[in-house]
Amino acid sequence: MKLHTISINNLKRRKAKMAFLTVGLTVGIATIVTLVTLTRSMSGDIERKMDEFGANILVTPQSNGLSMNYGGISLGGVTFDQREIREDDLAKIKTITNHKNISAIAPKVLGGIKVAGHDVLLVGVDFDSELKMKQWWKIFGDAPKGDHEVLLGSDASKVLNASFGENITIKGETFKVAGVLDQTGSQDDALVFASLPKAQKLLGKEGRITLAEVAALCSGCPIGDMVTQIAEKLPDAKVSAIQQVVEGRLKALDQFKRFSYAMAGVVVFIGSLIVFVTMMGSVNERTVEIGVFRAIGFRKSHIMRIILLEAALVSLLAGLLGYAVGMGGAKLALPFMAESKNAHLVWDTTVAFGSIGLALLLGLLASLYPALHASKMDPTEALRAL
Amino acid sequence: MALIELHSIKKQYSSGDDVVEALRGVDISIEAGEFITIMGQSGSGKSTLLSVLGGMNHPTSGDVEMAGVKLYQLPGEKLADFRAQNLGFVFQSFHLISYLTAIENVMLPLAIVRMTSVAKRSAARTALERVGLGTKLDRLPNQLSGGEQERVAIARAIVNNPHILLADEPTGNLDSRTSEEVMALFRELNDAGQTVVMVTHNPDNGRYADRTITLKDGLVL
Repeated sequence: MKLHTISINNLKRRKAKMAFLTVGLTVGIATIVTLVTLTRSMSGDIERKMDEFGANILVTPQSNGLSMNYGGISLGGVTFDQREIREDDLAKIKTITNHKNISAIAPKVLGGIKVAGHDVLLVGVDFDSELKMKQWWKIFGDAPKGDHEVLLGSDASKVLNASFGENITIKGETFKVAGVLDQTGSQDDALVFASLPKAQKLLGKEGRITLAEVAALCSGCPIGDMVTQIAEKLPDAKVSAIQQVVEGRLKALDQFKRFSYAMAGVVVFIGSLIVFVTMMGSVNERTVEIGVFRAIGFRKSHIMRIILLEAALVSLLAGLLGYAVGMGGAKLALPFMAESKNAHLVWDTTVAFGSIGLALLLGLLASLYPALHASKMDPTEALRAL
Repeated sequence: MALIELHSIKKQYSSGDDVVEALRGVDISIEAGEFITIMGQSGSGKSTLLSVLGGMNHPTSGDVEMAGVKLYQLPGEKLADFRAQNLGFVFQSFHLISYLTAIENVMLPLAIVRMTSVAKRSAARTALERVGLGTKLDRLPNQLSGGEQERVAIARAIVNNPHILLADEPTGNLDSRTSEEVMALFRELNDAGQTVVMVTHNPDNGRYADRTITLKDGLVL
């Protein structure tokens, strides 16, 4: 017979109450585990998608000009000493120190042309890298496969009155419209996309490009470093990070994280209240029992140890169950919450030990006052109750 | 020198503006090995006297000296230690812990004592055999009769070989036949050298005691 025998036997006897306490704390811990794991998994998923598919570095020709463009409305600009990027130079991008972080390079050549009496902007692209980078594109028809196939933006298709499967004529050459883009709400809607070599030829810019978009994996590398490295390799180009895209997405994630932590805080508070109320009720129910303990010579510290040990055992169980249930919940919820269907669930030992530690801390803190209250009970009260 | 000496014990309780004098200057001396019954009508101060004797109720004034130790001058938790080492309690409603078996209930006072588990179990078994319950060690309280529960409570009170056994109306919840058996058991323990101080309202129990102290309105008659 030791003090822990009393705690364990009491837990066994008050199964319903202790189950309620365990469930209350388990729900709290499970919610926290689910939210934290979901946040981490979604962050990882969004970062991965952002890294893989979104251009975050822009390579444009160096010029001493100022753009006069705002919100898609261009008022022209003053440009002089315009230089160009040679297509061959793009290979140098793959020689930078952080070349392993580059997932795609999408070169583009731009130029105005006349099609069926309309002025349109022709964009020559490498369709493989372009489609990899612009996963959100939805094409009615097919992606162009050869030099005599083009892809039309939705507005361009309407203006040119050409749908997929039909032909258009550019500079006397006939091109098949392989596909039409669904409305994107961006400048892509007004463009005519052709293969890079063909566009270069049509625009008289063989071997040259207007700009290149680079998608870099930025989780393991500072994007600023990569910008510098590329700029060193291409001194005639202006290399800039598309900070808005990165920061915008990170801000959205940050907001979700903050929401999760706020939710977790509320749940922790409710969980603590459940533990407090249950332990307080348990102590009050056991007034006579505690009085008897005190009468036969138990010190205040002995009473506290009995109560806190009970709380610790329940909390430990709740922590383990909470982690298991929480991870299960996260696994079930992740497909509905994440952007991609193959988002990975993050299994983190910090979350595992953290949830058990948090359960213990919560259980013990919330039981501290009830334990103190119990230890201060006057044994005379127990005798009076007889 | 007597084993227990109470000098001018007064105990007052405040209830709103009223002050109730439960004990109004009690002087008692009890020798080692005595069997004392404390009798009196309800409200005479019997239970208050027992709780003061048991080191659980600070008197308003006066001293309680037990085996040369002034109880209420012990610092901090030393009074709890004193109770654990020197006193045994038997309560009116037995107050066994419902989730512990008979032997576990008896081992309860030993839970805070440095002894091996085997020694604790052996001491508890011996105490239960002394009260005639050697065959019901692993029964839960609700599997025992009232008389058997009383015996377990007595075994729990004597397991640590206390100097004094204090009992508060131990037969109050028992039928007359079981009461007789329990009182005979107290007598038997006293014959073996155990000092017993028992509060009772049953005059028949007085015949088992060496001496009866009668209280009336907080004073010894």
